[in-house]
Amino acid sequence: MNTAVDTHIQPTRPLLAMRSVSKLFSNGTQALTDVSLTVRPGEFVSLLGPSGCGKSTALRIIAGLGGASSGSIDWPSTRINPNGKPESDISFVFQEPTLLPWRNVFDNVYLPLQLKGQSRTSASRLVEDALKTVGLTEFRKAFPRELSGGMKMRVSIARAMVTRPKLLLMDEPFAALDEITRQKLNDDVLTLWAETGVSVVFVTHSVFESAYLSTRIVVMKARPGRIHEDFEVNQGAVRDEEFRTSESYRMTCERVSHSLSQAMYGEGGH
Amino acid sequence: MANGNGQAAQDLALKVFIPLAVLGVIVAAWWAVVKLTGTPPYILPDPGAVAAALIKDWPILWPAFVVTTKITFMALGLALVGGTVLAILLVQSRWFELAFYPIAVILQVTPIVAIAPLILIYTPTTQMALLICAFLVAFFPILSNMVQGLKSVDHNHLNLFELYGASWMQTLWHLKIPAAQPYFMTGLKIGGGLSLIAAVVAEFAAGSAGAGSGLAFRLMESQFRLNIPRLFAALLMLSALGVAIFALTSFVAWLVLHRWHESSIEREN
Repeated sequence: MNTAVDTHIQPTRPLLAMRSVSKLFSNGTQALTDVSLTVRPGEFVSLLGPSGCGKSTALRIIAGLGGASSGSIDWPSTRINPNGKPESDISFVFQEPTLLPWRNVFDNVYLPLQLKGQSRTSASRLVEDALKTVGLTEFRKAFPRELSGGMKMRVSIARAMVTRPKLLLMDEPFAALDEITRQKLNDDVLTLWAETGVSVVFVTHSVFESAYLSTRIVVMKARPGRIHEDFEVNQGAVRDEEFRTSESYRMTCERVSHSLSQAMYGEGGH
Repeated sequence: MANGNGQAAQDLALKVFIPLAVLGVIVAAWWAVVKLTGTPPYILPDPGAVAAALIKDWPILWPAFVVTTKITFMALGLALVGGTVLAILLVQSRWFELAFYPIAVILQVTPIVAIAPLILIYTPTTQMALLICAFLVAFFPILSNMVQGLKSVDHNHLNLFELYGASWMQTLWHLKIPAAQPYFMTGLKIGGGLSLIAAVVAEFAAGSAGAGSGLAFRLMESQFRLNIPRLFAALLMLSALGVAIFALTSFVAWLVLHRWHESSIEREN
């Protein structure tokens, strides 16, 4: 897979700017404290950290699922609808495929467009395109129960991409899949990213996954959830099989791994 | 493949053959007991006498069958619509739930036989009274199953709909109602059986007479007249109606769920 990346990163206004966001759950848990994060158009940002570091919470706040307790989120380059959410520009891929079991693949991918009031006929082109990008055209009539875990995830990705979002939020999407399927899906996501210019915020607990995918890695630490380190990696590198065994990938892994141990155990940390 | 089809055909044959064989053995035993003990027909008629009564009394029994069938299906239909609509209202509004759920429970837990005479006073016709009784009994399982179903929607799916800015109407129509289908089908199966039982019990309690009376009245009438073969014939027709309702509701459930729901899918391993 030849994935030419980073060419579409331009020094434009950020897509998303979180400023000093904190989140206190009603049970008293301080899930996030003072998290500031900007995402520029075309970036692939991984949120990496131990469980309980608030990475999923941060993603949900960006998506508008459950607001922040304090701080602000700005969308400098998108229109905001009356509900205070950016209009049709974000999509979410959950840890589970969350497909509607009573709908076939086509109708699952059609859902976001249907909810926007598009007719099935007028949406069919976009749905077919989305299915094609994840290689599931032949399965358009299949029901979710007939698909493997990896295929369900592909449908979930197609559903997220069908609205042509500017920002794709992914919450440990491949954590439940086997290693081989996960690598394949990682490559698919990278292809999508390169072809569409979408920005991605990718929550993961895998050092290797984050090092392979990202142009930027945000390492978080727990209790309370906050950002430990935020650094750019492998800008402009081509992610393919060769990259997986390259020196720069190995060094990135080492760097990320080191940062993560610091975040978890604080040795020499700051 | 051919082997697989043969297997399936054999399975089907067994599924039909075994119950029929058991039924045949029971009828034969019934006949043998009556013949061997010399039981008089006004205590226990033999199967032949019941069959003869079914044919001879068909002009009396058939209209009664039609009446009972009509009441049962109308009650079930009303209960389906009422139970579903009320369930949606209960789930949409906390206020509505607090106000009306207790009333639904009270209506359910009060024995229908006890209210039937009262309902009879306030309704213009006996048929109407029977319909209301049957409705009250069939209504609750549909309501409670539907409420349960509407509340059991996967939280991730709700998040998904919120994320895509779905209106409450869209969430109801595209998510909650389809997700509640398996529960609705359970309510339908229970309600279908109960509406027949209630239609019969209510007619016992209401004691309708003459024209427009249902099978329950014919049952009692036959008992009073010691026309036991006709009683058995009426009973047979009630059983047939019950089986038909069960088959119909099961078929509807299969039709709606077989593409996607685990309950209607054969396990493959």
